[in-house]
Amino acid sequence: MVLSAEESGRLAGLLSGHADRVTARWTESVVASLRGRLSQAELRRQLQELHASMIAAAEGGLVDLDDDQGAELRALLAELSRGRARQGFSATETAVSVYALKDVLLGLLDTGDAHALRDFVAYSRLIDQMGLFTFESYVRTRESLIADQAEQLLELSTPVVKLWEGVVAVPLVGTLDSARAQVVMERLLQTLVDTGSPYAIIDITGVPAVDTQVAQHILKTVVAARLMGADCIISGIRPQIAQTIVALGIEFGDIATKASLADALRHVLRLTGVETARRNHRREA
Amino acid sequence: MDRVPILKIGDVLLVSIQVDMSDQTALQLQDDLAERIVATGCHGVIIDITALDIVDSFVGRMLSTIASISKVLDAETVVVGMRPAVAITLVELGLSLNGIRTALNVERGMELIAAARYDEGGYGPDGDDADTETTAVP
Amino acid sequence: MTAGVDLGTPQTQAIRSDEDVVRVRQLVRTVAVAVKLSLVDQTKLVTAASELARNTLVYGGGGAVEVVTVDNGRRRGVRIVFDDSGPGIADLDLALTDGYTTGGGLGLGLSGARRLVDEFDIRTGVGEGTTITVTKWSR
Repeated sequence: MVLSAEESGRLAGLLSGHADRVTARWTESVVASLRGRLSQAELRRQLQELHASMIAAAEGGLVDLDDDQGAELRALLAELSRGRARQGFSATETAVSVYALKDVLLGLLDTGDAHALRDFVAYSRLIDQMGLFTFESYVRTRESLIADQAEQLLELSTPVVKLWEGVVAVPLVGTLDSARAQVVMERLLQTLVDTGSPYAIIDITGVPAVDTQVAQHILKTVVAARLMGADCIISGIRPQIAQTIVALGIEFGDIATKASLADALRHVLRLTGVETARRNHRREA
Repeated sequence: MDRVPILKIGDVLLVSIQVDMSDQTALQLQDDLAERIVATGCHGVIIDITALDIVDSFVGRMLSTIASISKVLDAETVVVGMRPAVAITLVELGLSLNGIRTALNVERGMELIAAARYDEGGYGPDGDDADTETTAVP
Repeated sequence: MTAGVDLGTPQTQAIRSDEDVVRVRQLVRTVAVAVKLSLVDQTKLVTAASELARNTLVYGGGGAVEVVTVDNGRRRGVRIVFDDSGPGIADLDLALTDGYTTGGGLGLGLSGARRLVDEFDIRTGVGEGTTITVTKWSR
């Protein structure tokens, strides 16, 4: 409990008695902190909603933001923070929208009166609670945004493309961590099944470095593909990576490796289209 | 006890495993298949494991044994339809299924068996030296 | 299969026959799906459970399994305890070596199952039976 029912009642009175003045001043002090990135009309509408909701909650006898009477107010604050987080406002800018109300209230009270001061401290406690709640909603929104983006990045960065009838390729670009390598490899194997392609080319031209774990993932994928009845060719191994592979003592065994994606494709086509290749060869000879 | 049905399609026996097999069912299949190969004189066996959501070492061993038995009885075995998750798990488990030929689906499996039979026939009159390997695929 | 597993209470299953091994697989699968393990992780866990359940039956002379969901605050997971009162394992290091077998299998049961899970704990002694606990966490 952060304030008494009587204090809550007086807060409702104060807010509704000076409704226009409160919202006008509140908007005024917040709009400066947002440096024009939100229109004054929009901000005023938000704060008016908040104002109305606070009055309703306080009239209902709210003594703590976590009360049942605070449900609507909490929902409103959560919505406000979500909006701010998505629009790219900082956490401070978001919290200030709530804290600015303190100054407004202070301006309305007769500060010479000890009772009024005690009331102000109680109101402040409630506003602090609201501010913290805003902050937490803001963080939650940002966290889910980051998680979404990480997932989208994973989707974006791992295309499996059909290169030819019966040949699919994964051009890997960027740093491969263990989690991403796993996702890519699972997707590659699934694509083999979906398209019925017996050949896959894993192109690592765009991969700056390979550590033991990632190399192991690639190797395991090749073996898994074989178990499923498909062949993998690894292409685009850069000199540094070749050196790492040898230095780490990773055994590539009998896995086909080619210098470029083009070489790998030629290799596969030779495996599948022997007759055509041979005829051309004979004609030349 | 469940029994896995064995279908005959032309020169090929097709086994489509649809149930979560107990070890006994797996051993029974091994026996049934050997008998059917001899009885029908088929030269190919396709084991479709599309419906299996796991392959453990026991089933892995059964597949290897079937492949070996078939070989002795002059039939080629191809395991088809292994799911990606199953393949990844087998690699982690350390099971390599040595000596087993695999294909993505029944159709590819049929092709593989046909190619293997053609290959064997190809060693005849026109199986001349270096060309044998490259003419293997029609 | 059992619709809607009660995740709060541990699920148990006796391992006395071949068919029980199949039941263990189905039980583990249901719980793994309920805690939302990825498809690959489900497959790994069910495969490990199959290996260990067979060991319990073949080497331990039968026993029981307990499947329970766990939560470490950040992630959820499945914990499985295999328990038998068989002869126990004399040389644990040897039993955990790839390819070692006394039962005519491929010798991948214990060592392979250990690679398929995140946590693996084994308690055994000659004449004291064997208890194996494995855990797999969601990613």
